Amino acid sequence: MSNLDTPTPNSSPPSTTDQGEVDSTKTLSPMKEMAFMFLRNYEAMFGLILLLGIAAFTFLGPLLYPTDPFEMVWAPFTYPGEEGFLFGTDYLGRDLLAEMIAGGRVSIAIGLSAAAISVVIGVFVGALAGYYGGIVEEALMRFTEFFQVLPTLLFSMVIVALFGASLWTVTFAIGIVSWPAVARVTRSEFLRIRELEYVTAARSSSARDGYLIFRVILPNALPPIIVQANLMVGSAILFEAALSFLGLSDPNVMSWGQIIGSNRTYILDAGFAVAIPGFAIFLTVLSISLIGDGLNDALNPKLRQRG
Amino acid sequence: MSFWRVTAKRIGYGFLLLMSVLVLNFVLMSLAPGDIADTIAGEMGGADEQMLAEIRETYGLDQPFHVQLWRYLSRVFVLDLGFSYFYNTPVTTLILEKLPATLLLVFSAQIVAIISGVVLGVMAAKKPNGLFSLSVTLIALFGFAAPVFWTGILLIILFVSIFPLFPIGGIMDVTLAGSWWEHTLDVLHHLMLPMITLASIFVALYSRLARASMLEVLGADYIRTARAKGVPERSVMYRHALRNALAPVVTVAGLQFSAVISGAVVVETVFSWPGLGSLALHSILARDTPTIMGILFCSALVVVVFNILTDMTLRLLDPRIKSG
Repeated sequence: MSNLDTPTPNSSPPSTTDQGEVDSTKTLSPMKEMAFMFLRNYEAMFGLILLLGIAAFTFLGPLLYPTDPFEMVWAPFTYPGEEGFLFGTDYLGRDLLAEMIAGGRVSIAIGLSAAAISVVIGVFVGALAGYYGGIVEEALMRFTEFFQVLPTLLFSMVIVALFGASLWTVTFAIGIVSWPAVARVTRSEFLRIRELEYVTAARSSSARDGYLIFRVILPNALPPIIVQANLMVGSAILFEAALSFLGLSDPNVMSWGQIIGSNRTYILDAGFAVAIPGFAIFLTVLSISLIGDGLNDALNPKLRQRG
Repeated sequence: MSFWRVTAKRIGYGFLLLMSVLVLNFVLMSLAPGDIADTIAGEMGGADEQMLAEIRETYGLDQPFHVQLWRYLSRVFVLDLGFSYFYNTPVTTLILEKLPATLLLVFSAQIVAIISGVVLGVMAAKKPNGLFSLSVTLIALFGFAAPVFWTGILLIILFVSIFPLFPIGGIMDVTLAGSWWEHTLDVLHHLMLPMITLASIFVALYSRLARASMLEVLGADYIRTARAKGVPERSVMYRHALRNALAPVVTVAGLQFSAVISGAVVVETVFSWPGLGSLALHSILARDTPTIMGILFCSALVVVVFNILTDMTLRLLDPRIKSG
């Protein structure tokens, strides 16, 4: 189970030609260099534009299309484009376009906040394990493995079932089961960085542990954590969709997964009511992972040369 | 450390993990609002306080926390996971009934995903900048982003309305009267769509991994040596490179078992596959706590067993792997 703990590829010896090239051209600040690399990456830009489009659709949508998503407006299963309904109506005769607009906000909000929970827990556990090493690391990594043994979806289903299906329990349940990946990334970065000279220098000038962890090591460990955090948002959205699909979501809140879950009994009569929200989830997660790949290339330029 | 000592250590450690799962189970059960007495009273159509107290005494619910915990653990040791008041059956019986269907689905999906992922990855690594390599990258992106139930539902729509080749629900045709191999074929026929759906998520992951790990291995010195001394390209690819490139794929595949089980819960629901996932969902909707906890424990058990097996396989394949 600990076979994944091989050193990260970043630790390979840097080639000297790299250094020479950097010196010969005009030196940019790291932030600017990163931004340029990201902007030059077509897939990442495509992902960013796609995501901005989805955000505009779901956050500005209510202004342009003020239909109540819970209101029954027409006969059920009106096909997309008929009777003036762009996406048609669902099994209760609710306007699917209005549902899509409202559902997107919830899906994205849950994705972001659940990812935030898992990043906070994961960074905390991983940082302590990587910084202190020894018995602290052993105990924390065993704890992490314990969470990896439980199938995540099943575990969060149990939490939601025991403590009731509200927006908060769902977000909490997703966050609490998905932090181990973040903890592993953080720990391996900490293990690498804590041996570097500037950390020894800071330590020898009697910096305290808290300062070393959060002000010295963490900022330098951030690039892979950012990439991982970005992926967590995508998987949290998928997670929420799966939970809602199974019927374990707040019934008073519309989300893309819930639209699919409530219409899935009728897929053979009205496949569009399932296909459209599913496609929206697909596009959102796709755009997020394109951005993630771009961030990865921009933050770890050395990795890119490996093809 | 020798192979068997490491394995023994793994097993002991897996045992401790499972014990912690049981403790967690028990704590969650006691935290949840309502207890068995309430459930039984509900089944009987209501009971007064004195009746409730009697039921609690019968089931030992009036004992202190650690006594109850100890009783729970010692019952699990003799494979007694409690009694489902919803199905009116012991939980162990329920789980053993449903486990084979889930194992069949999970296993076949893993094998299909690993084989097709490795094949795609190796083919993509032959020409890393070619069109095929690009399409493998695209498949990987799509596979990650598509919700698994959506893939399943699209397959159902596709196979019902366009190519009616495969059945879209259940595990067998109950009206079929034939010999055992006809039944086996029938089950495999029903297995196709759920298996493809579940495998689709992991094909993406494995193909991407296999491609990256092949590219890394193909850059190694011993590959250049093999080519320089005139080993045929096919042999370089499959005998020299692939064997070493497989290790990361097998490692990750072993770690994915818990994710595959999570995926199976959704896939079983989509295709009404009568396995543990469907059972979990039904018992959650029915608030049947003993069954839910039994399933959680049983899936952790499956994950631990497969992790140990993967680890042993890797060690046998590649003796260089560090112990610990």
